[in-house]
Amino acid sequence: MSTALTVLRKDLLLELRGLETLPAMVLFAIVTFVIFHFGLNRDTIDGQLAAGVLTVTLLFAAMLGINRLFVAEREQGGFDAFLLAPVDRSALLVAKATALFLFLVVLEVIAVPAFGLLLLGPSLGPPLLGLIAVLALGNIALAVIGTLVSAIAVQTRARDLIGPIIGLPLLLPALIGMARGAGPLLATHGASWPPGRWVAILALYDVVFALLSYAVFDFLLED
Amino acid sequence: MLRDVSVQVPAGSTLAVLGRNGVGKSTLLRILATLLRPHAGDVLVFGEALPRRAFAVRGQLGLLSHDPLLYRDLSGRENLVYHARLHGVGAERVETLLDAVGMRPRAEEPVRQLSRGMVQRLAVCRAVLHSPRLLLLDEPLANLDPAATELVAPLIGRGAGATRVLTSHDPQAALAEADLVLGLEGGRVAFLATPDKVDPVAVKRLYA
Repeated sequence: MSTALTVLRKDLLLELRGLETLPAMVLFAIVTFVIFHFGLNRDTIDGQLAAGVLTVTLLFAAMLGINRLFVAEREQGGFDAFLLAPVDRSALLVAKATALFLFLVVLEVIAVPAFGLLLLGPSLGPPLLGLIAVLALGNIALAVIGTLVSAIAVQTRARDLIGPIIGLPLLLPALIGMARGAGPLLATHGASWPPGRWVAILALYDVVFALLSYAVFDFLLED
Repeated sequence: MLRDVSVQVPAGSTLAVLGRNGVGKSTLLRILATLLRPHAGDVLVFGEALPRRAFAVRGQLGLLSHDPLLYRDLSGRENLVYHARLHGVGAERVETLLDAVGMRPRAEEPVRQLSRGMVQRLAVCRAVLHSPRLLLLDEPLANLDPAATELVAPLIGRGAGATRVLTSHDPQAALAEADLVLGLEGGRVAFLATPDKVDPVAVKRLYA
């Protein structure tokens, strides 16, 4: 765990210094909301449409972060340095997934209120706790799969393509869970808590893929 | 790329690997560093077979490669503290090494602002941070001026007491450092001899 914390601290410090990933993710999300606002030609949206717009926007903003997750390791020799150290390689997965999860939280802290202002009809107040639960479970899925895919993609020349090509199909169940879970929350006079079925699907997906990623990550780092 | 290369390096001695660009010198070092898998053949480091027992020797290796393995947006000290933590080494060792290579006054500057020579000095610190038993040195004196070369000598020179495998484009300097010299030509062994037995013509032919 201390190795993961060491790598995580370094990643957060690098992001703080460079500000390369998070501002791009936030800007992308907000611009996308503006595009939807005019593209749909509606002042407000709600229900399943709102959940779909929110999920898709967060997904594509997350892809920006996923594509950049291992760039410093590849371009500045971080991979080699890490592999030379006598540490558990899975610590890199834990650290990178945690970093991506934190990036997504920061993104949502800014983007969800912006979504509420620019597009959403109903108030975000009543379903806020339920929405946080859905987004947190979705973030875990995005972080785990994103880290796995990014570790594969960064070792290829077509890394910008590999992320979406492998990542999106793998994430499909989680994205459906996020959108379906958030739909009733964002409806006019909607629910305050997401349907249990979708929460359970998201949670199960997170557990299965977290374990799977932990099991295979070591092999991905081999030459 | 490397074929039929067979060499044994006694503990505490220095093997110098000579040859033209692309002949496989860096590949050999990366295989020994457990970063590359050989397609065939046996590699043993401290008696441990690679890559199967790589975990047993990691942490006893120090690699100084063309790439300094330092993050450009972090300062020299931040980089070294990060590597020290990965290797379970105390922060006081970082300060000792920064002093040793004369980098303490510039230790807070981001690596991207430093000259190549300064970055190389930091890379030397990173490579020896955990007092490795085996030093893998790929052109270790690249970008270093004579004064800096003197500063890093106690850390990566003979005095360091580690077994060393080094590559160099300066055959004379490499011969002076070596107990054993391996000349590579087209990925194969051109000669393997002690420095006093190395034929200068054979060395010249390597670079012809």
